Amino acid sequence: MSEITLVEAVRLALARAMEEDETVLLLGEDIGIDGGVFRATDGLIERFGERRVMDTPLSESLFAGLAVGLGAQGFRPVVEYQFMGFIYPAIDQVVNHAGRLRNRTRGRLTCPMVIRAPYGGGIHAPEHHSESMEALFAHIPGIRVVIPSSPAHAYGLLLAAIRDPDPVVFLEPKRIYRAPKEEIADDGVATPLDQCFTVREGRDVTLITWGAMIIETLAAAETLAAEGVEAEVIDVATLKPLDMATILSSVERTGRCAIIHEAPLSGGVGAEIAAGLANRGLVNLLAPVGRVAGYDTVMPLPRLEIYYMPTQERILRTVRRVLAYA
Amino acid sequence: MTQVASFTIEHTRYLDLRGRPTQPLPAFAENRDVLIALYKAMVLTRTFDAKAVSLQRTGRLGTYASSLGQEAVPVGVAAAMRAEDVFLPSFREQGGQMLRGVRMVEILLYWGGDERGSDFTGPREDFPICVPVGTHAPHAVGVAHAFQLRGEARVAVCVFGDGATSRGDVYEAMNLAGVQRLPVVFVVNNNQWAISVPRARQTAAETLAQKAVAAGIPGIQVDGNDVIAVRQVVGTAIEQARAGEGPTLVEALTYRLSDHTTADDASRYRDDAEVSARWKEEPITRLRQHLSDGGQWTKTDEETLIGDCSAQVEAAASEYLATPPLPTTSMLDHLYATLPAALAEQRAEVEEATEP
Ligand SMILES: Cc1ncc(C[n+]2csc(CCOP(=O)(O)OP(=O)(O)O)c2C)c(N)n1
Ligand SMILES: [Mg+2]
Repeated sequence: MSEITLVEAVRLALARAMEEDETVLLLGEDIGIDGGVFRATDGLIERFGERRVMDTPLSESLFAGLAVGLGAQGFRPVVEYQFMGFIYPAIDQVVNHAGRLRNRTRGRLTCPMVIRAPYGGGIHAPEHHSESMEALFAHIPGIRVVIPSSPAHAYGLLLAAIRDPDPVVFLEPKRIYRAPKEEIADDGVATPLDQCFTVREGRDVTLITWGAMIIETLAAAETLAAEGVEAEVIDVATLKPLDMATILSSVERTGRCAIIHEAPLSGGVGAEIAAGLANRGLVNLLAPVGRVAGYDTVMPLPRLEIYYMPTQERILRTVRRVLAYA
Repeated sequence: MTQVASFTIEHTRYLDLRGRPTQPLPAFAENRDVLIALYKAMVLTRTFDAKAVSLQRTGRLGTYASSLGQEAVPVGVAAAMRAEDVFLPSFREQGGQMLRGVRMVEILLYWGGDERGSDFTGPREDFPICVPVGTHAPHAVGVAHAFQLRGEARVAVCVFGDGATSRGDVYEAMNLAGVQRLPVVFVVNNNQWAISVPRARQTAAETLAQKAVAAGIPGIQVDGNDVIAVRQVVGTAIEQARAGEGPTLVEALTYRLSDHTTADDASRYRDDAEVSARWKEEPITRLRQHLSDGGQWTKTDEETLIGDCSAQVEAAASEYLATPPLPTTSMLDHLYATLPAALAEQRAEVEEATEP
């Protein structure tokens, strides 16, 4: 068993799912011989053939609809969008069809499909290649939005997403595509969806995050530990539907909390979590909920990118304020 | 300069406006029973549409899109399909849905605001109607791709309007279907109007059939008010697709004699004179004329048919009106395969708020 990266874990899960289920198909631009722009599908066309690893024309509006048709026919299509910046035409299909086909036909037709896309900043990519727009999807009924934060979670959650009978938008934090690495047993064991994961236990404050921000958040927790403050760190993982129960029970113990995400501050999943805490956890809160997020602005080009991304320092500043509140 | 590509668009018609053959009829049309079945399906559609509009006018049905004057398109298309093919209609192809076994009561339930109307008891794999214009063209390509992957001799048949041909989805779908030679047939139900926008303002292209040219697939035109022509041309395209010869775009020329929907008033943007003139081309009179010219249809036959159709439609309307209401919690129960824990509280709230 060797250590592998997050993007390798994605590939491992795709191969595993294709191995165990004939109906799993991959579709997308340049995913065949080229192996995808991030090589997530490298070697899969050789292994599974072009019937199951299909290079599509450049038609972002089409792929998601194609997957709806395939899904309704009993296939399990996994569609790759090269970058989240090009996924928006798919929203039409996700809102109008994938998320509602089961409901509008009372379960007669369903859409067991996965839409995969790399997302997020921090790799000095060109314009339109660094956004974190997960909240757009998290607002849509009838789908799941899943974001892994480690190679192991990428493997387990992607397997779960592919096996899930409903549509899943699976966003891959590309900043941590190649590091850190982790040992993964390719055992076909899925990681449950609809569940948050407590990745570090602590009694003093709850830090809630997802995706690549897990790195800065865990680093902040270590810094705090050196100061004698034990932070609990929760990786949300499935943003929709949201497991508030795990979050509420953590905050019940710690009484303090900060939410950390790369996406713009307003109107997003962090706000939903804060609302859930205000709604059902207010009596346990000893301090206002802290928030560290991207700014409500257009994702800057690479020169200012690092000033946009939440850093360990920004996290610490907010957490210290939350801790100091009496 | 050398010419590197060229195209022509063929138009097919078998019956003129007075039902007289303009060329030898296709083989199926020699069979009286087949023609009468097409005729009956069109009359049933018109009777159904009239009833649906009257239910809407009397507050017992929601907004409804009539297919008055266009019955030959969906009927001809569905008649050309096999049961195992998959139909992906837009929202004006009830005549075709009925022919494929969707029950009238289901169509009424749908437009009456009840999701159960799309849980067809008949053609289980057919798609429900599609409201976001043209967004079902990619689904048809996905369905056809599934057939191709499984090596099945089945065809996906997708119908959309003239307005839909201006959308990228339709082009993207035709384009991939061409690349993969998928077993799919696209039919443009060109009724000359997209709500208030006339065909001429939809595109500068001379025909809609030629939109196929850029996708590298055949595009052909048919008289959409001649059900024999629709059945024949679409049937040929379907059988080609079934034989692995790839997709076709068929433009069926018809005319929307009704308002866009019951929520529309076409007199705001359309001349009555234009509509009156178009009444002379409508498909039902044309086929009836043809049948009676050949001594195959009598006044008594007509009276019996009208009576039958009304009885069927009235029975469906009564069944619709007597359908017990949906459980309120069903709005959440069919969203996911199993209700996520996060939704349990909202479901309980719905239940509590609507308890009798
Ligand atoms: C994508 C989209 N845009 C706008 C509408 C509103 N709308 C409903 S039907 C219609 C016109 C459709 O025209 P056409 O495609 O010719 O079909 P027809 O109604 O004539 O059968 C419009 C604009 C819609 N349903 N979907
Ligand atoms: Mg139209």
